[in-house]
Amino acid sequence: MNKDIIKIRWHGRGGQGAITAAKIVANAAFVSGYSGVVMAPTFGTERRGAPVLTSLKISKQKIYDLSPITEPDMVVVLDHLIVEEVDVASGLKPGGLIVINSSQHPDDFKFEGMKVATADVTHIASESGLPPGIVNTGIIGAFAKASGLIDMDILIRAIEDEFKGKHPQKNSGAARITFENTIVGGK
Amino acid sequence: MHIIESGNVAAANGVKLAKVQVVAAYPITPQTPLTEKLSEFVDAGEMDAQYIPVESEHSALAVCIAASSAGSRTFTATSANGLLYMNEQLHWAAGARLPIVMCVVNRGIGAPWTVWNDHQDAISQRDTGWIQVYCSDHQQIIDTVLKAFYLAETVNVPVMVCYDGYILSHTYMPFDIPTQADVDKFLPPFKPAYALNPGQPANLNTVTLPDIRPDVRGNMAPGYMEIRHNLHTDMRNAIDVMADINKKFENVFGRNGNPYIEEYKCDDAEFVAICLGSLSYHLRDVVDILREEGISVGVMGLRLYRPFPDQAVRDALSARKGVIVFEKALSYGNQGALYADIKSALYAAENQPTVHNYILGLGGREIKTDQLVECLRNSCTQPETIDDTPQWIGLKL
Repeated sequence: MNKDIIKIRWHGRGGQGAITAAKIVANAAFVSGYSGVVMAPTFGTERRGAPVLTSLKISKQKIYDLSPITEPDMVVVLDHLIVEEVDVASGLKPGGLIVINSSQHPDDFKFEGMKVATADVTHIASESGLPPGIVNTGIIGAFAKASGLIDMDILIRAIEDEFKGKHPQKNSGAARITFENTIVGGK
Repeated sequence: MHIIESGNVAAANGVKLAKVQVVAAYPITPQTPLTEKLSEFVDAGEMDAQYIPVESEHSALAVCIAASSAGSRTFTATSANGLLYMNEQLHWAAGARLPIVMCVVNRGIGAPWTVWNDHQDAISQRDTGWIQVYCSDHQQIIDTVLKAFYLAETVNVPVMVCYDGYILSHTYMPFDIPTQADVDKFLPPFKPAYALNPGQPANLNTVTLPDIRPDVRGNMAPGYMEIRHNLHTDMRNAIDVMADINKKFENVFGRNGNPYIEEYKCDDAEFVAICLGSLSYHLRDVVDILREEGISVGVMGLRLYRPFPDQAVRDALSARKGVIVFEKALSYGNQGALYADIKSALYAAENQPTVHNYILGLGGREIKTDQLVECLRNSCTQPETIDDTPQWIGLKL
């Protein structure tokens, strides 16, 4: 059994682009040598604006279990208000990482025994020239900084590939600036 | 070239590489992104095909039947109630011996409505005369689409390529997209024995009388019963043809696998779990957990469901102590359809393993690894406590 799987759960709102963000990270992970990559959105009856989640599993070996993640190693939250609606830390392993798009300091969030990282992606993305509310590329920078899992240059290339013809530089720029402005809190 | 995309996009790329000439489809979740992708390919000029939007699934298949009769390579896709709405045309396509390929993105059937995965849609259409192949991952989806055209056009029987809705259709994973040059090496252009032609008019599939009779040229032509017998015989022959096609595929692409049954840790296994679709891959993790407990168990994914590869099933299962059939479908009032087929195949075996039947995941009910572990462990360690009726996993009565 493949026990060497890194499990990342992404929380966003319908239409916010959490699936695209997870797909970009999946591509970058694959290029980085993780040959087993599975990204599985969880589909309910949600509509635009409702909290949604998607599961990203990455491993050096092929992944056979496609079921949704119940015990993530990391959680990425694209909208800090979701924290008040959904138990984003559900099943998170002790010492696990929670990355939140928020203007607040990580220590302002109370997640017992977890590592929290924040970045004001909404503000940075807008400053980078993206339309208001486009946070799914910026958040990748925060994820990269806080997790240290995938090289930022590879993520930048994956973002620009995904947004070919749709402001690739503005999107990758948002990720890079967010990377530099992510605050990682203590445990 | 490897890409990371959804199962629907894997299927669409297979259809494009097969140089399909006519696509007719009606949107239905979770199939829709597949035919949307095809319409994009056609619109962008990446696919030299007619994309014919229709007002229903019945019409989608009717268009494919007409286009295939005119000698075109044709494709459609559907799910759940869309497949059921095609039912009359499914029988027609098979009876008319048209090599249409269709992706069935498996979804539970209403009423009540569900958009989530199970296998009741395809299983309920098993006796329409279509070949049914099931896939476990995206590589199998794209490869099976390519093989399906070859198979359909060799035996003149339409083929359903079935894969799990959402679990595969909307999940992203890496898979290899073959080059067009390699696909062209593998898959010859469609050359029908007869194609509709105004210069050579013909009357197709007219009323047949109960007995045989001379055709317009005075030759004795098969009657209805002979035509049915021939369909059955050619379906049975398709089992061997599949093995040949798999071999050809391996020669070109260097990857393959058993066309009937995909085995995992079965060589020495006293007990074997068997099922259709992506669940067989999920069960690999379950088998690993039970192996660590010292239980001698393996798992088989059945790739070909119709025609039923009974000899291969018998060879693979008859020496076991127990066989555990996991199913996302049910023949109401009896038992799982696959369960019945497997028991039937084992009837001719000298050794008769115990056979259990678990029904799970209907309408997308979550299938949890620990539930699978518990059921499979029970079936392996105390088989006598489980009777010959469907056992339901995850039922909350």
